[in-house]
Amino acid sequence: METSTPMDAKSTSTTTEPSTLTTSATAAPPRGTEPTPHGAGARSTRRVKAKLPFGVRWRRDWQMVLMMVPGVLFLIVFFYLPVLGNVVAFQDFQPYLGIMHSEWNGLQNFVNLYANPDFWDALRNTMILAGVQLLLFFPVPLAMALIVDSLVSNRIRRAFQTIAYLPHFLSWVLVIALFQQSLGGAGFVNNLLRQAGLDPIPFMTNPDTFPLLVVGQLIWKDAGWAMIIFLAALSAVDVSLYEAAAADGAGRWRRLWHITLPSMRTVIVLLLILRIGDILSVGFEQFILQRDSVGPGAAEVLDTFTYYAGVVGGDWSSGAAAGLAKGVVGALLLWGANSIAHRLGEPGIFQKRSGS
Amino acid sequence: MTTQVFRAAARPIWKERPAPAYQSIKALVLGGFAIAIIVPILVVISTSLASDKDIIEAGGYVLWPKHPTVKAYETLFSGGLMGRAIMVSVFVTLVGTALALVTTISLAYATSRPVLFGRPVLLLVLFTLLFAPGIIPMFLIVKQLGLIDSLWSLILPGALGAFNFVVMRTFFMNVPQELLESARIDGASDFTILRRIVMPLSKAVIAVVGLFYAVGFWNAFFNALLYLNDTSKWPVQVILRTYVLQGKSLSADQLGVTPPPQPQSLQMAVVVVALVPIAMVYPFLQRHFTKGVITGAVKG
Repeated sequence: METSTPMDAKSTSTTTEPSTLTTSATAAPPRGTEPTPHGAGARSTRRVKAKLPFGVRWRRDWQMVLMMVPGVLFLIVFFYLPVLGNVVAFQDFQPYLGIMHSEWNGLQNFVNLYANPDFWDALRNTMILAGVQLLLFFPVPLAMALIVDSLVSNRIRRAFQTIAYLPHFLSWVLVIALFQQSLGGAGFVNNLLRQAGLDPIPFMTNPDTFPLLVVGQLIWKDAGWAMIIFLAALSAVDVSLYEAAAADGAGRWRRLWHITLPSMRTVIVLLLILRIGDILSVGFEQFILQRDSVGPGAAEVLDTFTYYAGVVGGDWSSGAAAGLAKGVVGALLLWGANSIAHRLGEPGIFQKRSGS
Repeated sequence: MTTQVFRAAARPIWKERPAPAYQSIKALVLGGFAIAIIVPILVVISTSLASDKDIIEAGGYVLWPKHPTVKAYETLFSGGLMGRAIMVSVFVTLVGTALALVTTISLAYATSRPVLFGRPVLLLVLFTLLFAPGIIPMFLIVKQLGLIDSLWSLILPGALGAFNFVVMRTFFMNVPQELLESARIDGASDFTILRRIVMPLSKAVIAVVGLFYAVGFWNAFFNALLYLNDTSKWPVQVILRTYVLQGKSLSADQLGVTPPPQPQSLQMAVVVVALVPIAMVYPFLQRHFTKGVITGAVKG
């Protein structure tokens, strides 16, 4: 109440101000430099609106502010508080003491991580899997989009899209279950091999080929979905460019190289940046679900390390330290990739917007 | 022959007819991918419906059930863990989606206009796209709130998705400003404008975002693993993991009185139960999402 009264007083005084100004301007035009032409006043209404005093805006917008409350509450409780909760990475955290009473131990947890071979294994696996994913997964949706876009028949195109998007909506548990039923030791592919008198192949349990299996699952689940954005970019390419190039004698591959790919450069770079920013989160559920069958040697990644060290093992601080390190490195990678994209003249994801 | 004519007409005049070699490579790639998606799903559904005899004859898996039976499903639904899990998943999905829609719609609408606090709140949301708080701090917060072993631990942390927010906000920003202004002049409050003008105009995007949320809640697995120790509160995805992936059998008391008839078909039935709701909403989702994804991605 105390704050609202002066605000209201101020607001009423300022709301009346423009009207007095205009009346005085019309009543007594020659007042030195004061009166401005009407056109200029009309042009700057937007700026004047933005400068409205708090009280006026509050009375105008309080319902809108009320609408933000649930969302902001959610963000505070389930995003910003946990972000602050990352301080346990700098504590010797004890659940019964809580964050407020646990002892601070500086960078000790990170020193411990540095000395922990399991952490380095997890980091190595994460890097290997991320690299393999970037190399083998990223081009697949692009290639598929190019093929689908080249189809002339709409019916075939739509049928393929319907099938290809479906797996994106299945949970990882379901995807791994389907893979196990298909490629697992007792799955139907190995059943067929056995019936044909061949040795079954341990697709699902061989740690050496695990990165390939992971990429295969990723392609199965998400390649179709990732295709959407490329298809949208392809449909935005100006057809007259193709036509002109074809008239000048450019064949299929020259058109691909000189028109299609340059037109898609921005989108490709954008997706690449997002991919790089997300590179350390190689896919948490996918690994936790297969860690038992392949073994932690191949399937332990930073996220599963955090989970097993912290929640399962009770070493909360080490887990939080690993998680924090991962989050920070991820954000830095995202920022770095975006800066490089800016240098290359691409818009990237964060643009320096003027106005709006 | 007629299709030949039709296709020739649809092909742009400058585009040369592809060589048969290219044609067949394309067909092979796309066909192979489509088959790789369909066959496992088909086999799982067929096997869940197959009789014991079919399964034994086929050596474990059936491509098409000769003697279809719903025995596996009867066993599954005869009470016990699976029935409860379905109830849990349905509850979490319905309540979670409703809550998430309320949060997302109101926040997206409020930040889609130049209002007080609109800009800083928008930045608060967009920052969540950049950084994730991490598993351990999330767990500690949920624990602090006393939500461990409560179904709310599966619902509340998912009550706003930044991506869905962006899609929704982009759509709201394109609602003609004149409509809102005329309503405001007629004395409508912001709540009325949202309920009577903006939401009816945005039915399609609300449906799509709602389905995205619903799919997310239905598919959520790790939350349950992290926050729920009580097996009677497990959702379908965790049952699927325990029973099918880890191969632990659901004991007789968990499944009801009768022992499982043929584990193979029962396992497949669990997979199908997790799959069916998605398959049911998918056609609708597929028709509308492409637009939503693209507007969200391009204008975010």
